[in-house]
Amino acid sequence: MTNVNQTEVSEQKIAEQFLTFQLADDSYGVEILKVQEIRGWEPVRIIPNTPSFVKGALNLRGTVVPIIDLRERFGMPVVEYTPVTVVIVLYVDNADSSYVVGIVADTVSDVMDIKLSDIKKAPDLGSQIDTRYMRGMYVCKQGMIMLLDIDKLLNPQEFSELSKVV
Amino acid sequence: MSIDMAQFHQVFFEESFENLEVMESGLLNLDMGDVNSEEINTIFRGAHSIKGGSGTFGFTGVSNFTHLMETLLDEMRDGRRKVTQSAITVLLGAVDCLREMLLAIQNEQEVDANAIDSYRKSLETELNHVNHSGASDASPVTRDIQAHQPIEPLSNQAQGWHIAFSPHLHLMKTGNDPIRIFRELGTLGELEVTVDLQGLPSIYNLDPEECYLSWELRVTGAIEFSDIEGIFDWVEDDCDMAFQSYSDKNALANQSDQTDLISVAGLASELVPVDVSSLPASLSIVSAVEKPVEQVLEPAKNSSTTTEDNRATVKGSNSIRVDTAKIDTLINMVGELVITQSMLSLIGEHFDLTKLDHLKNGLAQLERHTRELQESVMNIRMLPVSFVFSRFPRLTHDLSAKLGKKIELKLVGEHTEVDKTVVELISDPLVHLVRNSLDHGIELPDERRAAGKPEVGRVTLEAYHRGGNIVIEVRDDGRGLNKDKLKAKAIEKGLIDKDASLTDKQIYELIFMPGFSTAEQLTDISGRGVGMDVVRRNIQALGGNIEIISELGKGSTIAIHLPLTLAILDGQSVAVGDETYIVPLVSIIESINVTDKMLNRVAGKGETFRLRGDYLPIVRMHQIFDIKTARAKKLTEGLMVVVEGQGMRCGLFVDDLLGQQQVVIKSLESNYRRVEGVSGATILGDGSVALILDIPGLVRLSNQ
Repeated sequence: MTNVNQTEVSEQKIAEQFLTFQLADDSYGVEILKVQEIRGWEPVRIIPNTPSFVKGALNLRGTVVPIIDLRERFGMPVVEYTPVTVVIVLYVDNADSSYVVGIVADTVSDVMDIKLSDIKKAPDLGSQIDTRYMRGMYVCKQGMIMLLDIDKLLNPQEFSELSKVV
Repeated sequence: MSIDMAQFHQVFFEESFENLEVMESGLLNLDMGDVNSEEINTIFRGAHSIKGGSGTFGFTGVSNFTHLMETLLDEMRDGRRKVTQSAITVLLGAVDCLREMLLAIQNEQEVDANAIDSYRKSLETELNHVNHSGASDASPVTRDIQAHQPIEPLSNQAQGWHIAFSPHLHLMKTGNDPIRIFRELGTLGELEVTVDLQGLPSIYNLDPEECYLSWELRVTGAIEFSDIEGIFDWVEDDCDMAFQSYSDKNALANQSDQTDLISVAGLASELVPVDVSSLPASLSIVSAVEKPVEQVLEPAKNSSTTTEDNRATVKGSNSIRVDTAKIDTLINMVGELVITQSMLSLIGEHFDLTKLDHLKNGLAQLERHTRELQESVMNIRMLPVSFVFSRFPRLTHDLSAKLGKKIELKLVGEHTEVDKTVVELISDPLVHLVRNSLDHGIELPDERRAAGKPEVGRVTLEAYHRGGNIVIEVRDDGRGLNKDKLKAKAIEKGLIDKDASLTDKQIYELIFMPGFSTAEQLTDISGRGVGMDVVRRNIQALGGNIEIISELGKGSTIAIHLPLTLAILDGQSVAVGDETYIVPLVSIIESINVTDKMLNRVAGKGETFRLRGDYLPIVRMHQIFDIKTARAKKLTEGLMVVVEGQGMRCGLFVDDLLGQQQVVIKSLESNYRRVEGVSGATILGDGSVALILDIPGLVRLSNQ
């Protein structure tokens, strides 16, 4: 009985599914269980006095959802939004509450099963570069995929602090 | 099969609190001396359901306590006891105590045993205090005793008590322990205990959980019977007891033999119908009434503050009780909507231009149904203001007694319905206002008589609808606000200039300024806790405003205007570049085109414009929100929306006005965070998001 349970647990833990997407030439991944939906880019309403990577708010079937441009968030060059630009709507869990936040990505690529044992720790890039928001790296045929820790990356409470830095 | 009782607890608490309120208002309505049995029945029913419920859920403390109240009420109902002021005060105190007990259980806190004990004591004292006129209905035995017994010598002469105490076998299973009883008796006076081992079985038959012993107890000291009875109160039904006071040998000797030893408990089933509670009282205390009444008053006074503290902590429960009729209409409405929808999809399936009329009709129907649905859903959240008003009779009752004033409270329009959130948030400010009226407004009886007014002051609480608002007025016919005094105080505190000329309205506004509390006004009733500035801030946070009308010597009226609901707002949409914002309609005074002549630049203080003699600051929306698409950059090109927020007026500079509409308020914070200058968001007809402006916030922002 206990054996069965153990295998079940470990089976669950062996692999997780990740949704991968492109920003410029880089691949990123987020846990698929965090994804609510993927939608095409549509104009949003500007929220005043917010960091520039917060593009604005979108009406998602009655809830007002903030949209964040990951390129700007990561300090990459900004590009025009195209018909393939997507918004990935994610659930973000915070210590005491949960949010729905959308992120803008160039394209969505794939859903991958990634063994947890294959996830490598994010490299220590020195104090200059913050790797807090990274869950790890995964290397495959297509190249390297950076797995993001959404809960840390998209915590709305941290936006204000960041805006002071940016 | 075990049912998780905890799931019903919430319902029980809600019902109990409702019952408590019913009891409270019933008690306040009771006419002294005149017994309206229906009124008492209502109170009794309230107590009874609480007792039943708490028994079911195992809150024995509550049920035992309620039992005492019930006994008292039962006697009143049967006319065996007169309704007296002291009894009502005791019962009101007991209601408070019950509320505290329930709150403590609900919040899983410790119950303050001392407080409860003091209430229980006062209840017991009241129970033991026999009312002569009422006692005429009591059993013959009682009358017999009274006939034999002159009242005076009985009062406090007991030198000690002899108690025969033989518990039933199961006593210890009820959680009682004789040892504890004896210990408590020991605190009353010198205690002698003789144990009777006769009932003790052989060791083989002994069940350690059963009580085989019985005792003879002798307590020495001037002890009132009620104290002794109180100790045995918990075991009353689980034992046989007999009490005898051995001091009154003389008094007792005069009596017939049957009263030498009066067995108290377990008598209910006996042949002679003995009124258990009134019987021993007649033996012991009758004339010592005044002292207990004072004791009784004390906890009642303290209670009003403590219960309020508690109230604040329990606001967590978020359920709402809705009239079934309201839900029925809602379901009807949804049915209609479904029918309309299927009709429309039928038209859509094979659509050609000949069906255009059908389509239009269908759409019109859809619109109507949606609106009705919206209204009835909103209706569900509506509660009558009596939910707030109901606490004021009690407040008035307690405060007027404390202040030595005669005050009559009149409630008008308590059935006016308001949104639940408004009801919850308005109650604290309202309490403050009513307290102010009672404390500062209404004068003492002498003073009133001297002023040629009726001795009884009158405070009126009135709620009514006006436009899309609800107005709640607190009116009193007291001394009114003294304008000169207010002004002098404000000058003294440096709040206004010495020679500032103020209108009446502006002078009354002064009392809302933070830090404006005159020392002579400060009493322990009002003048502490929230100040008037907090009251006003709370009301403004609800989107309402507050105004004062007062006449010296005749009284004052404080009127609170509030929106009916917090979920929907009348808004004016304005355009700034490509962006659309909603300005709450209540805060808009007017919209004007400014000309060059009206504009002024104040050195270092930014831009202002002149409007009928006033200089108003300008808030450029495109600047403050950094909107690059804005079309109007010059002040003469766009529109100036004159808005008012927190007593400050300013001009919002926008590109254009778009239109008025009702908007549903959506929170921006639920998925994002608070944004300065924005109070929320909404969704426009085209599905896009629009932000609702927070006028006071914008003013603050522009001042930075």
